[in-house]
Amino acid sequence: MRLDPPAALQAPTRRPAAAPKFSEWRAFWPLLALALILLVDAFISPGFFTIRLVEGRLYGSLIDILYRGAPTAVVALGMAVVIGARGIDLSVGAVIAIAGAVMTELIHAGMSAPAVLLATLLVSLICGLWNGALVALLDIQPIIATLILMVAGRGVAQMIDAGTIVTFRSDFFSAISTGRLGPAPSRIVVAAAVYALTWAAMRRTALGLFVESVGANAEASRLTGIDAKFVTISTYLISGVAAGIAGVLITSDIRGSDANNAGLWMELDAILAVVLGGASLNGGRVYIFNTLIGVLIIQSLTTSILVSGLPPEYNLIVKAIVVFLCLLLQARPVRQAVSGMIWAKRT
Amino acid sequence: MQTAKVELIGISKNFPGVVALDNVDIAFQPGEVHALLGENGAGKSTLIKIMTGALSRDAGAVLINGKPVELDSPAAAQAVGIGAVYQEVNLIPSLSVAANLTLERQPRRFGFISWRKAAEDARVALKRLDVSIDVERPLGSYSLAIQHLVAIARALREDTQVLVLDEPTASLDAREVERLFAILRDLKARGLAIVFITHFLDQVYQIADRITVLRNGRRVGAGPTSALPQVELVSLMLGHELQAVEERRPPAEAKAEGEPVLSVKELGAKRVMAPFDLELRAGDVLGLAGLLGSGRTETAKLVFGASAADSGAIRVDGKPVSIRSPRQAIRLGIGFCPEDRKREGLMLELTVRENIILALQTKRGWLRLLSAAEQEKIASDMIRALGIATPDADKPVGQLSGGNQQKVILARWLVSNPRVLILDEPTRGIDVGAHAEIVALIRRLCAEGMALLVASSELDEIVAFSTRVAVLRDRRKVAEISGAKIERDDIVQAIAAP
Repeated sequence: MRLDPPAALQAPTRRPAAAPKFSEWRAFWPLLALALILLVDAFISPGFFTIRLVEGRLYGSLIDILYRGAPTAVVALGMAVVIGARGIDLSVGAVIAIAGAVMTELIHAGMSAPAVLLATLLVSLICGLWNGALVALLDIQPIIATLILMVAGRGVAQMIDAGTIVTFRSDFFSAISTGRLGPAPSRIVVAAAVYALTWAAMRRTALGLFVESVGANAEASRLTGIDAKFVTISTYLISGVAAGIAGVLITSDIRGSDANNAGLWMELDAILAVVLGGASLNGGRVYIFNTLIGVLIIQSLTTSILVSGLPPEYNLIVKAIVVFLCLLLQARPVRQAVSGMIWAKRT
Repeated sequence: MQTAKVELIGISKNFPGVVALDNVDIAFQPGEVHALLGENGAGKSTLIKIMTGALSRDAGAVLINGKPVELDSPAAAQAVGIGAVYQEVNLIPSLSVAANLTLERQPRRFGFISWRKAAEDARVALKRLDVSIDVERPLGSYSLAIQHLVAIARALREDTQVLVLDEPTASLDAREVERLFAILRDLKARGLAIVFITHFLDQVYQIADRITVLRNGRRVGAGPTSALPQVELVSLMLGHELQAVEERRPPAEAKAEGEPVLSVKELGAKRVMAPFDLELRAGDVLGLAGLLGSGRTETAKLVFGASAADSGAIRVDGKPVSIRSPRQAIRLGIGFCPEDRKREGLMLELTVRENIILALQTKRGWLRLLSAAEQEKIASDMIRALGIATPDADKPVGQLSGGNQQKVILARWLVSNPRVLILDEPTRGIDVGAHAEIVALIRRLCAEGMALLVASSELDEIVAFSTRVAVLRDRRKVAEISGAKIERDDIVQAIAAP
């Protein structure tokens, strides 16, 4: 035999047969959960699946789910990357508030809208850098390191807003958040773009492999020559910018910066979406598509509770029960039992 | 002590796609040490797990004194007197020895744990093994050998009939092994049946009365140790004759010539390793020999930049370089297979393919991702070239056996095409077949002009592949033996010399 890698890099051989099947299998359970929720919706509310084009814009419950889920989706995609490297980012909700406050302040300072957007994203990048530096350079546990910004960040946002809700008018930002691009609401396009960028960063560069490698075994990654500090910091940068984008969407939506409520508890929805997508908090895997399914499960649930006409005080309980059932569906013992039942019926 | 004969009859176990055990019969007699041998994947662990109630069997029966028993949980197995110590000691290092020994059966007083009674119980349990240590201290503060004895004490109850030990000597040095064997002989004299799983064949002949050999889930040989000479035993385990020892000797003339690829001067770190010199030429295999704790791993890690040196200079191709991190070492064409595969080598959740391409991808940087086709090709070439036993390249590497995991790490470095490869205990904890293959691979790489630095605790192995041997003692390089005179005895003398 010859162990000659340059020669080994030549002609591609057969496509991997097992890989696509396996990924279908991974997405199967989250998709099943989503399908069941939507199926229930179809019974509760006739016309749930109807999509209409009114004045050049798409309307319908499904579009509404995508519309309302877009900010969470953006945050959750960043969270999926952080969790893949065995980290966690509790500060995303606070970063949303900071982004909103900074953006509002700069609009009032008379800066041009694109410059405001860039500056806001830069600030959220710095928030990510802060988290990344605490985790990677100072070796502080991620949950504690990001807790600092989670608590302090909202305070910073409140200080920028001087304790009030500051409103603004901006056609540019309204267009980004509540406008439409062709028939599609523009924020769905923004979320789709963030999804595409995340996918490209994770699957079209080696960053995804390095993130998963660091998540699976940080010491072995170091000994394989991976710059684990760089990789860890990058994950928090991605999460920070993602939170910043979500902050822009949310703030533009209400045309004002509400430091007390913008992005409140968003970190929990984002983590939940990643977990609903089948990822482990122990790191090692980034499931980008599944995370999106996780977001859709959470959002379609909220929307279904609304259309079902259930009194609002039941919302949280119903949500918790359904989320619990979704996670139950993904727990290995339950999965095996369900698979067993399906097999038993076939034979 | 009333002890019993434990028989396993016609045990079969299937995993999806794999027959792990196929109609295996085995009987453990009181007062005997029974060695259970076989390559990785032969079915030893599965058999042990069935016997200790950790796995259910598909067919067969377990008889104790001729009476069938059901072993549907580890507790059920313990209740009929079967105790086990697994390879990875599953105790809690941060808890005290007493707490570890009385875990889940703490003595109570008024409903609360009585730690005084627990300590007493622990002392009694250790007394059976003739160990007297401070049971209040955390387990982690003791040596691995003591931790292992504590694990045995935990498995050993008043009524234990059969004690299963899975690779108990893997992390022990020679003196500690002797101590363990003395304890085993004592337990044997008290009438216990001991099941001893190991890959050290010489230890089998030291301690075992009876041998059973498994291969591919079937029993391929069994009998008293005296009736199974070592050559026959190895051939049973491998299914083919091992090459004669003479053929495994290195070629007489060392090919290494020219300028050193890697030269290390006065490299050292305080309290880690006294400053040492090393030179490696293309085609060199420099063996690092020494006892446990002599500084083999430390030497390897200092050269690779995995631990920080505070003195010394390194030259690559005669040019002075600075190696302060593994990253820099890899850029200079150095690779390193660590001793502790699971902790320092593998990303267990990642696939075989991802683990194999990782070092090459690191060299290329994160922007130039190897395409799916390239990755697939590299992985399947390596799986074929090294004979890695895996159904496909997309299986998580954590599901492979130890020998195959080691091959995956070797493959990772081979595809990155290093000029210097550092191997730390490349054959630790792997079966005889994979062992011979890795020794052959080291010699082939050397013949192809790679420079290798190989640390090993097995002298025969060092003698089999080294062109030169550096002897370490007490974290100091004490001798270098080269040329035709590499003999086991020379190394032993260098290690033992005052």
